[in-house]
Amino acid sequence: MIPAAFDYSSPSTLSEALALLKQHGDDAKILAGGHSLIPMMKLRFASPAHLIDINNVPGLSYIKEDGGFLKIGALTREVMLEESDLIRSKFPIFTDASKLIADPQVRNMGTIGGNIAHGDAANDHPALMLALRAEVVITGGSGSRTVPIDEFFFGFYSTAVKAGEILTEIKIPMPPKGSGSAYHKLERKVGDYATAGVAVYIVLDKGTCTQVGIGLTNVNATPLRASRSEGVLKGNKITDALIEQAAQSAAEDCNPSADLRGDVEYKRAMVKVLVKRMIRKAIDRAK
Amino acid sequence: MEKEITVTLNGESKTVTVEPRLLLVHLIRENLNATGTHIGCDTSHCGACTILLDGKSVKSCTILAIQANGKKITTVEGLATAEGLHALQEGFKENHALHCGFCTPGMMMRAVELLQKNPNPTEDEIRWGISGNLCRCTGYNNIVKAIQYAGAKMRGEKLPSTEPIFV
Repeated sequence: MIPAAFDYSSPSTLSEALALLKQHGDDAKILAGGHSLIPMMKLRFASPAHLIDINNVPGLSYIKEDGGFLKIGALTREVMLEESDLIRSKFPIFTDASKLIADPQVRNMGTIGGNIAHGDAANDHPALMLALRAEVVITGGSGSRTVPIDEFFFGFYSTAVKAGEILTEIKIPMPPKGSGSAYHKLERKVGDYATAGVAVYIVLDKGTCTQVGIGLTNVNATPLRASRSEGVLKGNKITDALIEQAAQSAAEDCNPSADLRGDVEYKRAMVKVLVKRMIRKAIDRAK
Repeated sequence: MEKEITVTLNGESKTVTVEPRLLLVHLIRENLNATGTHIGCDTSHCGACTILLDGKSVKSCTILAIQANGKKITTVEGLATAEGLHALQEGFKENHALHCGFCTPGMMMRAVELLQKNPNPTEDEIRWGISGNLCRCTGYNNIVKAIQYAGAKMRGEKLPSTEPIFV
């Protein structure tokens, strides 16, 4: 399978990349890891007339703690997240997710920025971002703006990144004491998209849940926050009954599509199981 | 639009004029005649196209040739040296880790990076480490043995038995 013909640029600075984006408008697509885009182009589901390869733009790949936030550059490869000591110690949810994103070769190329900017509810990082209440930094010709994750996903392949802009950084508040997080995705085989995926972030203060975030993967047109489930837990001492109730709410509130991974009833049932397990795992890690 | 790119393939510099849409696997197989790298699925699942790009194992069917401009490509043809077979080639041979051999180049190139990052992997780490490479023939057990064998050889340790494991 061969992509349709296109023109190609490889800018060496962010401003060059933005200028090219502005010049080519709708005809252009950004090439980062390329492991969502190039398969689509090979199947001719996407045929941009112009590819802007940002892999040579410096300064977009980093993982650092700064001003109370974990800041991750958009071009940071999945493998770097997998191997980062900072992330492994403070954000075990990323380590959970990294093992489940595609496979080792794809993780050498795929970027966290691309995983989020692609706007696909089947990608894994969006659920984590929802659970962790991340913020997305988007850069255009006139500077950068910060968008809270709840305002980032609009619809199928549709995000807050406007024409002429590039997603450049993800910011996540550093977790306080008593926090725990976990992610699991049910998949048919390694490298598959999620049958259902659940990300949970929880903060416990003497057994009472003070903060909670629950994000769901691939059971909705967009990555979904399980708001009702969060409401069940927040402000309360977590009991088995509350976990059951939160899981039931998530199963009811999601909108999975029937496909080869399962029918709607099955996917809802799996969401319920995973929510229960991930709440328990996050609580365990919070202790 | 055509561009001239220069890559280093197994230590040799090659300059080729390519269309931007030329896939790296096609550059390697067709333009550079290194057909040891295989196309199994063309959808980035099977890993038969795995090569090393600046030392990182990647699926060459999902990368454009033009992205490799200025970079070092290592394929299966680059494993053996004047001294003889690479430890992985010896391992695959001695442990019967291939039947049809179609997945083998990709498996070995992935294993090169796996062992480089983790010179003494556990069986679990090997199985996770090759999870991006599919084999329809062997059932993977001998591939795991071959990688353990190669790891031991590269660490200068006693080589594990090549006898089959009966379960």
